[in-house]
Amino acid sequence: MMRFSTLLKHPADWMIGSDEAHSAVITSRIRLARNLRGHPFPGWAKKGERAAILDIIRPAVEDLAPMKDGFSRELSELSSLQKQVLVERHLISREHAARTDGSGAVIERRQSLSIMLNEEDHLRMQSIRPGLQLTEAYEALNDLDSELEQKLDYAFDPHWGYLTTCPTNLGTGMRASAMLHLPALVLSDQIGQVLQAVNKIGLAVRGLYGEGTESLGNLYQISNQSTLGESEEAIIRRLERVISQVASHEQNAREKLMEDDPDMVADKIGRAYGVLRHAFLIDSKEALNYLSLLRLGGNLGFFAKETVNLCDSLLMDIQQAHLQLHAGMKLSPEHRDSIRAEILRSRLQSLDSPYNFSSGHKADRPDSGDQPD
Amino acid sequence: MKCDYCDNKATVFLTQLAEGQMKKVCLCESCAKERGVTDPTGFSMAEMLLGNFQKTVSGAVEPQGSVKFMGSGKICPECGFSMEDLQKVRRFGCANCYKVFANELAPMLRGMHKGTTHLGKVPVGLIETHYRQLRIEELQQKLEQAISSESYEDAAGIRDEIRKLDETEVAE
Repeated sequence: MMRFSTLLKHPADWMIGSDEAHSAVITSRIRLARNLRGHPFPGWAKKGERAAILDIIRPAVEDLAPMKDGFSRELSELSSLQKQVLVERHLISREHAARTDGSGAVIERRQSLSIMLNEEDHLRMQSIRPGLQLTEAYEALNDLDSELEQKLDYAFDPHWGYLTTCPTNLGTGMRASAMLHLPALVLSDQIGQVLQAVNKIGLAVRGLYGEGTESLGNLYQISNQSTLGESEEAIIRRLERVISQVASHEQNAREKLMEDDPDMVADKIGRAYGVLRHAFLIDSKEALNYLSLLRLGGNLGFFAKETVNLCDSLLMDIQQAHLQLHAGMKLSPEHRDSIRAEILRSRLQSLDSPYNFSSGHKADRPDSGDQPD
Repeated sequence: MKCDYCDNKATVFLTQLAEGQMKKVCLCESCAKERGVTDPTGFSMAEMLLGNFQKTVSGAVEPQGSVKFMGSGKICPECGFSMEDLQKVRRFGCANCYKVFANELAPMLRGMHKGTTHLGKVPVGLIETHYRQLRIEELQQKLEQAISSESYEDAAGIRDEIRKLDETEVAE
């Protein structure tokens, strides 16, 4: 049985990869909702029924090829801290973390596939990929789903499609989403306009941790709302088109900022570097916002390219539960701020100061970045 | 189309779900204004109107209280989920609830999705049944059309085809 510490020892696959063409897209995610026929949905099932459902689906899920050497637990076996860490890694939902008996989580070793058992639906399966790879993420999950449908009797109706607890997921049961990093659109005050346009065409925009969460660190999630009346491919195609448009708006905004006001950009990135490298107390909001600028610096050639992935991992590692796990104890907010600063200082220790574009010392420039000379 | 209350041309159309049935009220502009429909602020308005509507049209006086929005006290026999639960949580109790509360589902879905028919993946084991059932649905619509246009010969043919499809399903 895979240990919790083993699962978290390595960064998730999606934190290592990158997508040069769409540097604003951090991850692509697909989620499928499935239920069994003849059993009440989790929210309506009594305790004993939920346990019985778990006994049916858990062995089937654990037996899937990618899950065989994976992590599998009933939620009652996990501490609230461990569950919170899984939430911060986007492996389970916030709602799921509140559950205990009769619910479970099965996670692939590489953390690119995860399945929640008895969440709002009997099965909520998820696939995460770095960059803009919705189609690839869907294909991986679709294979998993096709394997499962041979073992489990899915609730499916010819007219309504996959039957889900909430009619907002009816049909394909699919939610496709991408996490975008849009600092230049925020800096140039275009973000409102862009997000409004995205909303208008029926796509949802949310903050870092889904529904009802604030947008921190210039991070936004865009996802489909409609799940019925279109095929999975059509939904993904539409979403992919919109996301690459937003990503190219961001790219243009970055180029324009560097052209119009390079000192302002350099100043912001330089200050972010200074604070993150030298702070001794930093709260998560401040840290996220400066990491966002550091990441932007990585994209613009102020730092080596690897800085981008470093920022993506730090994004997870400086969050509450990750910090407490790292420290091995419950931390007061002040103590958290101090440990957060310590982690940032040590992980950024070897990061060279940002390249000075205006000084003209071209030789100093790190061999990276997409900033035109 | 004429107004349900007078003989003027109807320009305001109110559709309301009551007791699991669709009820339509057509009004002309002045009748609509008189009854305050042009600026509906809540369901009580529609309820009241439906009550009146029944009195004027069918002549039978329906007790006002029975016309409740989506209130018929239906219960899913498989899981015990009730209409009141549905109204409260806007979610279902089990897969069978989708059959039991089919009439309530349609208005819930309005504006929620791109369409009202599943066009995505179908589990491999269900593909044949899936397409047969879609075909039956399609034929049933044709049958209704044929009957309403009084082409009874066509209707008989369609009916036989549906019967045949139904039989293959039972045979499996």
